[in-house]
Amino acid sequence: MVTPVIEARDVGLTFQTGDGPVHALKGVDLTINRGDFVSFIGPSGCGKTTFLRAIAALETPTEGHLSVNGMDPDAARRARAYGYVFQAAGLYPWRTIAGNVKLPLEIMGFSKAEQEERVRKVLSLVDLEGFGKKFPWQLSGGMQQRASIARALAFDADILLMDEPFGALDEIVRDRLNEELLKLWARTEKTIGFVTHSIPEAVYLSTRIVVMSPRPGRITDVIESPLPRERPLDIRDSAEFLEIAHRVREGLRAGHAYDE
Amino acid sequence: MRALLPILTVLGAILVIWYGAAVALNSRWTHDQAAREGREVAFAAVVSDTMMQDRPVLPAPHQVAAGLWQGVAGQSITSKRSLVYHGWITLSATMLGFALGTGAGIFLAVGIVHSRAMDLSVMPWAIASQTIPILAIAPMVIVVLASIGVTGILPKAVIAAYLSFFPVLVGMVKGLRAPDQMQIDLLRTYSTSNSGSFWKLRLPSSMPYLFTSLKVGIAASLVGAIVAELPAGATSGLGARLLSGSYYGQTVQIWSALFAAAVLAAGLVMVIGLIERITLRRMGMVR
Repeated sequence: MVTPVIEARDVGLTFQTGDGPVHALKGVDLTINRGDFVSFIGPSGCGKTTFLRAIAALETPTEGHLSVNGMDPDAARRARAYGYVFQAAGLYPWRTIAGNVKLPLEIMGFSKAEQEERVRKVLSLVDLEGFGKKFPWQLSGGMQQRASIARALAFDADILLMDEPFGALDEIVRDRLNEELLKLWARTEKTIGFVTHSIPEAVYLSTRIVVMSPRPGRITDVIESPLPRERPLDIRDSAEFLEIAHRVREGLRAGHAYDE
Repeated sequence: MRALLPILTVLGAILVIWYGAAVALNSRWTHDQAAREGREVAFAAVVSDTMMQDRPVLPAPHQVAAGLWQGVAGQSITSKRSLVYHGWITLSATMLGFALGTGAGIFLAVGIVHSRAMDLSVMPWAIASQTIPILAIAPMVIVVLASIGVTGILPKAVIAAYLSFFPVLVGMVKGLRAPDQMQIDLLRTYSTSNSGSFWKLRLPSSMPYLFTSLKVGIAASLVGAIVAELPAGATSGLGARLLSGSYYGQTVQIWSALFAAAVLAAGLVMVIGLIERITLRRMGMVR
């Protein structure tokens, strides 16, 4: 059954700056359904992060209509609709890995027993069992980012919003985390919004790829991926994969030609 | 052990310069005395005399050491000649002032970070307060407080607090503002309240800044307590020892009190450093 989770209708967002208004988003129409894995790809300034932040109610659209789980984004946030993963892990250095994962649970007022139980569960989900008592600096960058994903999963929101979560990691680590993220997505059946600037990453992960272009930030193409949900890493050498990647690249190029 | 050599070298150099300066500065008195009695003095006799005058311009290191030893171990610690007694008087005012100053500094910093009005209104006054020489304001504080019947340790503590709140205020404002936008956004995604962000993020982030400020603050607090003992004609405390020493030309007493104050300050800073190490290690912020 197809249930829309995030609906954007003609969403626009204009920042007022000293140099005049900046149109970060304009006329964005998009529906994300339950269980989708949607990637946003485009050059910097295309509004992909701004759109993700608008869904998370970290920014407020100045035009149009945006709803998350049928509510306005602010209400959805208060209803704990989503977990957000940032580009950097941003773990608190004074908390252990378990303590970091517990942070949202403490703030949301879960009971002590439930906190322990959930921490154990999500740490095993991201393959970090046994690392709960370590401090962040004792873990590699990839492991830290996995801990931050565990933190976003801890309170069991249906939506996972990820803003270039693997952008700062090297390619080998990135490949592994991509593979693990797909498994996690299959196991948890979350709806995922994923911002990236890597074409292979977008194609490998997504059921839909949203290609965006800047000035003003807008959607130029939405590509439905014909790839199966089960995706081994070597699917990236298949003809289908390369074809989608090509289409994404074309879309990006078309968007770019606009301002050159 | 490798660090020992440079430390001893610097210490040795200081002692050599000090002894040299003591000979140079104190020999004049020796020559004057000799000239008055109409006799010649040999260089060796001059040097040995400069080492053991009663009221030298600059006491030699061993004289100060003897004065310190005499003041610390040579008396019962309740004696008015005991540096332990005077040190305790000053220390108690320092600690009370430090507690008041730290409390005020943290309180104001929290206000400044959470309220733009306080940021604009309090910060300029805090900065202005530190441009006034403490020697000018200390007597007034003591006179004003005495006129409303407040005497004893409190006026001294107030002056100590006056000096120590500022570094704590500045350090805590910086520390409480240390979390970056991403960390603040993260808490917003959990719909965290202001007090939640304060206890979970801002306060822990500020700890390294706090301890750095506390080290500056406690030394400033000691200076404040000593200065506060000068204008009141206090009879006890390290400041009083400095003052009576200078009244009666007891330079050895002055230098002993100065060294006692320096040792006290170093000890206090070390204690804070120790608490810092333990706290930050417990917090997992020291590797």
